[in-house]
Amino acid sequence: MDAPTTPAAHPEGLDAAPSGKRSAGAPDYIKIENFSFHYGANQALKEISLDIPERQVTAFIGPSGCGKTTLLRNLNRMNDLIEGVRHEGDIKINGRSVFDPALEVISLRKRIGMVFQKSNPFPKTIYENVIYSLRVAGQSDRKKLDATVERTLRAAALWEEVKDRLKESALSLSGGQMQRLCIARAIANQPEVLLMDEPCAALDPIATAKIEELIIALKRDFTIVIVTHNMQQAGRVSDLTGFFYLGQLVEFGDTAQIFRQPRERQTEDYISGRFG
Amino acid sequence: METTNKTPRRAKRGVGEPFIWVTAVGLSLGMLMVVGLLALILVNGTAVFWPDRVEQVNIRAESPFELRGKKVFAGRLVKKQDRILQDIEAREAAERAGVWPQEFQYFVGNKDAYGLSFFYIDGAAIAAREQPRDIAQLERLEYGDAFGYFVGLRLKDGATIPAGDPNFLPQLRALNREVNERREELSRIEKGQIGRINHQLQRLALRQKEAGNDAAALAPIEAERQELQTRYETLAKTAGELRARQSENQLVYRLPAGDERTLPLGQLIDFRFPNQLGFFERTSVFLHGIWKFLSEEPREANTEGGVFPAIFGTFVMTLLMSIAVTPFGILAAIYLREYAKQGVFVRSVRIAVNNLAGVPSIVFGVFGLGFFVYFVGGTIDSLFYSASLPTPTFGTGGILWASLTLALMTVPVVIVATEEALSSISRGMREASLACGASKWQTMQRIVLPAAVPGILTGLILAMARGAGEVAPLMLVGVVKLAPNLPLDMTFPFFHLERKFMHLGFHIYDLGFQSPDSEAAKPMVFATTALLIGLVIVLNLGAILLRERLRRKYALGAF
Repeated sequence: MDAPTTPAAHPEGLDAAPSGKRSAGAPDYIKIENFSFHYGANQALKEISLDIPERQVTAFIGPSGCGKTTLLRNLNRMNDLIEGVRHEGDIKINGRSVFDPALEVISLRKRIGMVFQKSNPFPKTIYENVIYSLRVAGQSDRKKLDATVERTLRAAALWEEVKDRLKESALSLSGGQMQRLCIARAIANQPEVLLMDEPCAALDPIATAKIEELIIALKRDFTIVIVTHNMQQAGRVSDLTGFFYLGQLVEFGDTAQIFRQPRERQTEDYISGRFG
Repeated sequence: METTNKTPRRAKRGVGEPFIWVTAVGLSLGMLMVVGLLALILVNGTAVFWPDRVEQVNIRAESPFELRGKKVFAGRLVKKQDRILQDIEAREAAERAGVWPQEFQYFVGNKDAYGLSFFYIDGAAIAAREQPRDIAQLERLEYGDAFGYFVGLRLKDGATIPAGDPNFLPQLRALNREVNERREELSRIEKGQIGRINHQLQRLALRQKEAGNDAAALAPIEAERQELQTRYETLAKTAGELRARQSENQLVYRLPAGDERTLPLGQLIDFRFPNQLGFFERTSVFLHGIWKFLSEEPREANTEGGVFPAIFGTFVMTLLMSIAVTPFGILAAIYLREYAKQGVFVRSVRIAVNNLAGVPSIVFGVFGLGFFVYFVGGTIDSLFYSASLPTPTFGTGGILWASLTLALMTVPVVIVATEEALSSISRGMREASLACGASKWQTMQRIVLPAAVPGILTGLILAMARGAGEVAPLMLVGVVKLAPNLPLDMTFPFFHLERKFMHLGFHIYDLGFQSPDSEAAKPMVFATTALLIGLVIVLNLGAILLRERLRRKYALGAF
């Protein structure tokens, strides 16, 4: 394994990204308003309201079944796949509702990358995995694809490890490499938002450290929302933290404040490990 | 404490050791049956081609047994068995003596002389058995094999070469090769060239019918017909000459009982001295026999010659069936699993599909006859082949209808396997694709289907195995005992989907149960069965190899 790359070492690859969003981020880039969500008769989220700022890392923490993943999957409407769900309230990204009937869900998902808890590379080559989102968008210019692969894999801190085996199956990679490949795949089409659903849950500490460095580096270009069970991880990588409990947002605020001086008793109990 | 002491015994019963044995016994019994069946078929199926020694048997003068009034014959010993004694006294006598009377079955050949080719004789009636070195086995075009001693050659110029002459054998071999070459040429002329002219004449007759009374249109047709007729007559004359030359030389041989017989050399395919062959020569005869069985056309009501048309028919039909069943089955399964709204209706469709797999195959045959042959085929005939009616073109059984009927029969297998394969593709993979901005169809096409291909192929393998071995429905929709032409040949349009065809499964049925001489057909039944099993194995192996290659290509992760 390579020594962990420092955060400063790789984001230069992303400098090629459109620099229009270099300006100071909007504080309410993603705006969740009174959002409730039901799986059939089961209410998973109760009247959630919070603002996620642009180009910062926002972490959702909370015990299992508290609704944090459900909220995350609503941001790119992955919950559409489940039958019998309904929602109230609204989620706006950059001022536009994700539930707007005029908005095509495919174009929404093109703007939002997602990384899953279990790394799920496709049974294709590393190269094809990275450019999958470009392929389905109809991009076939070889030069552009090559450039994207290198830029994206550098951004995901994977380039040095796989540059000589791009034509090999992605399934030959190690667990940590696979997850970084999934991150590369999620950012290949230059989305605005990156959703991460417990990206390190199945990884060892070394791989986890690499992913965390990556997250910190990536926030220069993306608005990142991360769901995690790992309190230390939330503390290390996030700027803002929301604590969820039983479908409700108990507390939301600056990460440092949440971890040092939580306003709510439940938050304090959870963070200090007294329940979970 | 007491309870803890008792636990081990109870636990042991709970583990269920006896049930593990029962499962093992079940597997062993199954394996035993399969291996036994395969071994039986293989041994009997290949033993046919092994050239056995030929015995000359002298029958005791006082015994009632005789063959055509003679007390001596030659033949190949087929089997030796205990006699079935109906008479109680005879049975008691045999038990007292401690020796059970035997009976021998001989293949005596010479069907033209004896009127039978298998002969049972009591062991007690046999005076002597010997293996004469110079007895010959003649493979003939008609009446099967003959056993006898060469007397000489009667040539066309009236000269004779006696068997003792040193020139006799070389001359016989040369003439034998000559007639075999001439026979091939004859078949080329008659089947190929004359067949093509007949085909063209038929087409002309149709055009004539269409032209009706239009004299201007009829004139060129008549001219063409005249020309074809002349060509036909020339060819027929050549064929007649060749045919006449086939019987100008004659072979004279003597049966063991002494009567001489003559055989036109055109009737002789091959000859050998079975008692002079060494091990390697016998192996070569054995391999040659297998090759002829695989490559030649059947003769003598299918009991002689090879089974090539049946192999070819089975292969082509299975291939056509796979081509038809694959897209239908896969598309149906994709809709059922991925797009249809899961509910009562879809569930009942699924149950119906599964039940379809259990419908007796003859029912599919009847449906195929009614729907494909009479309805679809009849409609095609009335639309496109009306000129040749009332002779049906597609409105009768043919390889296309047989393949489609079998495709219908095996479509549930493919649907079920494809559904299984689709449902085994993890949700994570689909979500990853959707999250990348792919549409549902793109996800299907790029991620789900490639990963499901090995599973889908498994279904296709099962379907092929079932289809290739099926006979009952085929008897209704196009299989025949003897098809004059292969479904694929050199006459336009090369691929004749409307033709009737031969099939190994039906061939087995026909040989075993419809043959005039079931004893003669028995070895062929075994050989054909072994071949059918072999063909199914080859087809399956091909599909399995393909699946393994694809599986390596789309290696599925463990998640």
